[in-house]
Amino acid sequence: MAADNAVEGPERAFFRALAEGRFMLQQCGECGKWAFYPRAACPHCGADALRWRAASGRGEVYATSVVRRRPEQGPPRNVALIDLAEGPRMMSRVDGVAPEAVRIGMAVTAYIDRSGDTPVVAFRPAEAAS
Amino acid sequence: MSGLRGAASIAGAGTYGLGEAPGLSELEITSGAVRAALDDAGLALSDIDAVFCASVTHNMGSLTLCEYLGVEPKFSDSSMLGGSSNLAHVMTAAMAIATGQCEVALVAYGSNQRSVSGRLVSTSRPDPYEGPYAPRQPITSYALAASRHMHEYGTTREQLAEVAVAARGWAALNPEAFMRDPLTIADVLAARPISDPFTVRDCCLVTDGAGAVILAAPARARGLRRPPVPLLGAAMAHWHRYIASMPDITVTAASETGPRARAMAGVDISDIDVIQLYDAFTINTIVFLEDLGFCPKGEGGRFVEGGAIAPGGQYAVNTNGGGLSCCHPGMYGIFPVIEAVRQLRGDAGDRQQPDPQIALAHGNGGVFSSQVTLILGTEAAL
Repeated sequence: MAADNAVEGPERAFFRALAEGRFMLQQCGECGKWAFYPRAACPHCGADALRWRAASGRGEVYATSVVRRRPEQGPPRNVALIDLAEGPRMMSRVDGVAPEAVRIGMAVTAYIDRSGDTPVVAFRPAEAAS
Repeated sequence: MSGLRGAASIAGAGTYGLGEAPGLSELEITSGAVRAALDDAGLALSDIDAVFCASVTHNMGSLTLCEYLGVEPKFSDSSMLGGSSNLAHVMTAAMAIATGQCEVALVAYGSNQRSVSGRLVSTSRPDPYEGPYAPRQPITSYALAASRHMHEYGTTREQLAEVAVAARGWAALNPEAFMRDPLTIADVLAARPISDPFTVRDCCLVTDGAGAVILAAPARARGLRRPPVPLLGAAMAHWHRYIASMPDITVTAASETGPRARAMAGVDISDIDVIQLYDAFTINTIVFLEDLGFCPKGEGGRFVEGGAIAPGGQYAVNTNGGGLSCCHPGMYGIFPVIEAVRQLRGDAGDRQQPDPQIALAHGNGGVFSSQVTLILGTEAAL
């Protein structure tokens, strides 16, 4: 448990927003560029001027892999790098299609997967997104 | 002197416990390599006044090693830059020698991780922005880079396999190498899939083993047992830590360190006789051949085709068998340096290249993150 006087840093703020159903990104009020993962100061210009904005959720697959496991460890799973429309790249996965069917250049849309212990940003093919 | 050109020479090099060394601790393996390097140089433990050591289990590596050996150094460095650490240590050791901080520097690494855990040991904390997706790290990061390289440049699965086959060909000529059985492209493709496009044969080994090198000022090194190997050039750079933050995952900071190291050394690509690259995965060799300037970006897959980097091919690349087939005790960076030294001194046995004068040793750390390039030569090349 955090102490009562704990400051909420950007990392904690990001995951709290996610738990509340919002995928947020930081944009620099100085240089206008976007940051991911969340920072204390802008990694592009160093300014202490990062502001939270709702992510558009639009992205494109930049690279993709299928992690193979022994059968008793579970089915193969997708791991991908997604270029967000705002500019930053993030590691994630593409659901809704077979892990091998994820293609570089595929348009994808973010959603918040709440099936695990903690919510995570995942993606689906854009045409299949609701 | 231009930069570090001629600032220090490698006076001795040694290995110990490569492959499997059950029953030995990390420090016991490492001290075996230190002893081998000292014997090679004709120096005593009491001559060492600087120690450079990164460890995957002891986060104050040089403190632990010095206490174990009984050395009280005037200069000490445990810097952790992943697998490139030991090459960075050679660079820093040359700076320390050139500025009078020390006279005889030991760079050492060892691990018993094959015997202890059977898998790659890492002390990195899981990244909160990667962990939820359960990549198999570091393999998946390199697999992602391979997927993008294949997409952008048409690099094929078979071309990746060529790298593993070439490494195995060299390993067959190296009695120290851990895996020496014949390997074909078909074998690589049919091996157990790990993280697409990689099978287990695209991935480096997990072995035990240790390596050490001793550096001294060129004049001091000249009076010792073996021919000195002068450092001619060195450069380091990193642009990211985690793969999602790598600007273009097909281009590493080796594209910066290669030209800088060569400029310091005053050598062209065509002057380099042997090439020792950190081949943690098959894609590494292809990308580093591009980034270091041996072929244009995107051409690495075609460059390695037809046995071009295998024994008898056009280029002598990873002549010890590399991390793919010789050894990979968690961090491999000391071994490209040691193999470069052996080739330049004519010690490489069945895999010896004809009279090499200039060698490149390149280290990689993290996930295509930290890059360190060293140019080494013979005394004649200094």
